[in-house]
Amino acid sequence: MLSRTAANLYWLARYMERAETAARFLQVGARIALVPNTGHGYRNEWDALLRAAGTADAFARKYGEPIQRNIESHLFFDHDNPSSVAACLRRARENGRIVRTALTAQVWDALNTAYQELRELERTPRGELSMVALTDWTTRTTALVRGAIDATQLRNDNYDFLHLGYHLERADNTARLLDVKYYVLLPQVEFVGSGLDNYQWMTLLRAMSAHRAFHWAYGGEVTAARIAHFLILNPQCPRALITCVEGMNAHLERLARGYGRRTPAQSAARRMLAKLAETEVEEIFDEGLHEFLSRFIDEVGALGQTVHDSYLSGDVR
Amino acid sequence: MTDFFNEMFDSGAVRVPYARLRDWMEEMPAELRSLKQAEAEALFRRIGITFAVYGEGGDPDRLIPFDMFPRVFSHDEWRRLERGIKQRARALNAFLSDVYDRGEIVRAGRIPDRLVYLNEAYEKPVAGIRPPKGVYSHIVGIDLVRTGPDQFYVLEDNCRTPSGVSYMLENREIMMRMFPELFRANRIEPVEGYPELLRRTLASVAPEKCRGEPTVVILTPGHFNSAYYEHSFLADLMGVELVEGQDLFVEGEHVWMRTTRGPERVDVIYRRIDDPFLDPLCFRPDSMLGIPGLMDVYRSGGVTIASAPGAGVADDKAIYCFVPEMVRFYLGEEPILENVPTWQCARHDDLKYVLEHLPELVVKEVHGSGGYGMLVGPKATKEQIEAFRLKLLDQPSNYIAQPTLALSTVPTFVEEGVAPRHVDLRPYCLVGERIELVPGGLTRVALTEGSLVVNSSQGGGVKDTWVLAE
Amino acid sequence: MKLKVDHVTRYHYDHPVRGVVQSHRLIPSRFTGQRVQKWDVTVSGGIKGGGFRDGGGDWVQAWSVPGPVSEISVRVQGIVETKDLAGVLQRHREVIPPVAWLRPTAPTRVDAALADLGHSVSADDTLALAHALSGAVADAIAYRPGATHAHTTAAEALALGEGVCQDHAHALIACARVRDLPARYVSGYLFASEDDTPHEAAHAWAEIWVEGLGWVGFDPSNRCCPDERYIRLGAGADAREAAPIRGIARGNGLESLDVTVAVDAVQQ
Repeated sequence: MLSRTAANLYWLARYMERAETAARFLQVGARIALVPNTGHGYRNEWDALLRAAGTADAFARKYGEPIQRNIESHLFFDHDNPSSVAACLRRARENGRIVRTALTAQVWDALNTAYQELRELERTPRGELSMVALTDWTTRTTALVRGAIDATQLRNDNYDFLHLGYHLERADNTARLLDVKYYVLLPQVEFVGSGLDNYQWMTLLRAMSAHRAFHWAYGGEVTAARIAHFLILNPQCPRALITCVEGMNAHLERLARGYGRRTPAQSAARRMLAKLAETEVEEIFDEGLHEFLSRFIDEVGALGQTVHDSYLSGDVR
Repeated sequence: MTDFFNEMFDSGAVRVPYARLRDWMEEMPAELRSLKQAEAEALFRRIGITFAVYGEGGDPDRLIPFDMFPRVFSHDEWRRLERGIKQRARALNAFLSDVYDRGEIVRAGRIPDRLVYLNEAYEKPVAGIRPPKGVYSHIVGIDLVRTGPDQFYVLEDNCRTPSGVSYMLENREIMMRMFPELFRANRIEPVEGYPELLRRTLASVAPEKCRGEPTVVILTPGHFNSAYYEHSFLADLMGVELVEGQDLFVEGEHVWMRTTRGPERVDVIYRRIDDPFLDPLCFRPDSMLGIPGLMDVYRSGGVTIASAPGAGVADDKAIYCFVPEMVRFYLGEEPILENVPTWQCARHDDLKYVLEHLPELVVKEVHGSGGYGMLVGPKATKEQIEAFRLKLLDQPSNYIAQPTLALSTVPTFVEEGVAPRHVDLRPYCLVGERIELVPGGLTRVALTEGSLVVNSSQGGGVKDTWVLAE
Repeated sequence: MKLKVDHVTRYHYDHPVRGVVQSHRLIPSRFTGQRVQKWDVTVSGGIKGGGFRDGGGDWVQAWSVPGPVSEISVRVQGIVETKDLAGVLQRHREVIPPVAWLRPTAPTRVDAALADLGHSVSADDTLALAHALSGAVADAIAYRPGATHAHTTAAEALALGEGVCQDHAHALIACARVRDLPARYVSGYLFASEDDTPHEAAHAWAEIWVEGLGWVGFDPSNRCCPDERYIRLGAGADAREAAPIRGIARGNGLESLDVTVAVDAVQQ
């Protein structure tokens, strides 16, 4: 297939996942803000989220103070913010339009409907829209597109590039979300017994739509180590770093088999997976959660570059 | 000017090709009709063919109105048209191979040399280069109008990249979905073979250096182009890649496509971008759409470009007048299809006649398209005519004039029921190793009562075009 | 005369580029006035592409250099035997009819001053008229290297009153067109060591169609017609079309260029 087509599919998926992440950021931010005193202040909470979304500076330049309504505008509607839900959905749809014949009618329909509904939302007065409705709409929409992909797309290289995009973006997003909130997972004397740390942990899990799943997986008491394990090392958790790396590895292996040719991308993904599979949660805390996550984010970035060079750039030999 | 040929009703009687449509038309309740019309529109929107035809530009998300009343040709009517169209396509290609070689028709004094060699569309860089099988224009779109049972005129030729064929295919698809009973009652020749025929035609003109099964691609200016849908639609139905300039590169003696498995050789490029943008090394240096070095590969026999660069010199409105001459000169035959009588304002006597008869004539720009910049004498006000007279006097060579033709009508669904509306026809003739024509084409209809302008930018719609089997 | 050519063009890119394609008109024309004894073109790291004879009779040779690459050199070496034909391009085969060379291009577009210059001379026959036009251009535009640049048009050079061989050729083409004479741009080499005038060895002049004689070369820069000191490479409507090397690099690297040309007479 054309390298550009592969790139369009890959970015379609990345933007869909990114749109969903923006919506989750909005959800978690809104929840955290409901707590009277988090010990770090309302402002820090939003700041952390904007940093995770990679848009803190742009926000400050455009709006100044992080007022709830501005943050909502910025993360949902703002076209100046390349990570806003609206910007991501538009770009996902545009990537899809370019390669429409590579998508099934169902996938295109889901994508195009999302776009038409978004235009409708953009025309609706803000006062008539609740944040919950907007974030719910987003997660429903992204699930619909992904469901259509899984249910109808042919299992060929199109499918692999779509899923590479999904897994890579999700790995990056989970790591970033964890990284800006890593301190809540560190034992802090003043919170012990206050119930506050517990609350923050639950919010974090909620942001990953994983609070119920966590209980199914672990039961019993919520501890920092268990949360870290769940979101990083547990292959049952759909957003865990290891799950994402497993996904990338699987789709890269399929590509290598299909094309009868291995590239540096396969080796890189396999190395990452092997390393994660052997990692214990204690080692992560020993290395330092922040240090571990920073390293992981860099590795994912490097893998993205390798995928680009090996398949998408068009300079493949 | 009052008597228009109605293709369905001839002096009160229903003409044979339309016989089975009468009951259908009369028995369809109004509610069902509007229901069907809405259904058709929804289908079009869903499929997403919302693009402009004929390079008219405009809003890419705009739907062109579809009229459900089909336009019908009998088997015999079509056979004659087919012979005429193929004859013309042969003559146009013969002309192109001639003027890029020895120019015998010019040497013989049948066409003025400057009209050919100083034409904007004559490309010096391809002179002396013979494209595979000598074919320059692989898809010839010939615009026809009808004025009587046996009288057809060629309005213009399109030798470069005639668009709109996806309408021909989609109109049929939608009619078959909505009115299957019509297709059971009438024996209608299918058009769905067109994409495969096009692919085979293009494969048949693979370059000398091609070994094995040729790789065909469609080259689009990109997804912002108003005809992008047509490009991706055709690529999909033909089973070939839709590429942009950036997806191709030149190395060694070939053109290559950038794929996820490495470079893949490309043998035939069906391009939907204009000559000046094909190759910045050869044509416009600022072109971002083209492939640097493409023309050298083409000229050394490494790739086929369809239509061949320079093919436009055959469909220029000033050259148009000489097409009947081409038929006689190259084929030794009499033209089956007539040209519309045309006055060339560049000629003194012609200009004089035109200026004296402006209220009866249609005056067009030589290089214009899309129905803009033209004067329709009988529909124009005195002021408009006078204003046009000044433009004409200023740059006479920029204009040609033709009599206002009594375009035939076909019944069309309108607000009040069914009423006659004027139509034209564009069939698509494929030229490769063989010359082929699918039985059908694109019928454009002027939806406004009395209007003779069928361009979609000016209130035109489209119809399914039927050719009845023997 | 036997002329030996050594022509090296070095391209340097400040960032490596994805690839380069070039189109060469670097083979001496085939006509009575010159005969190639030895001729060799090399491109460092290059892959030879297709070659063909174009409608103007020139051999065009394509080359490509796969990237990443930041340095390319094109070297032309050879020996040509030349004859003085007083500028007449004898027995040169071409397909494009002379009338096609009446079409203007951006650098040769006629403005009022060029039209005046074209009409400023008169002569009894076409050949004399062509000579007179060439002289008029030489008078109107003084030869001064550095006065103009690669994209200067004929009209601009005339307004400036100064220019190089490229400007002379463009202006002469424009003036010829004013008199309805087909004309074109020729690029080639010039052996110019017999006097001290500092003429570049990479040279350009114009050809004008003279009914009965065919194409005849005129070199306003040297106020003469090409003779045995000239090697003709190729023709086009203007400098860009006739360029011995046309190339495009894919990528963001900024290109710098270094050219050395030596044309020497071979001792017999």
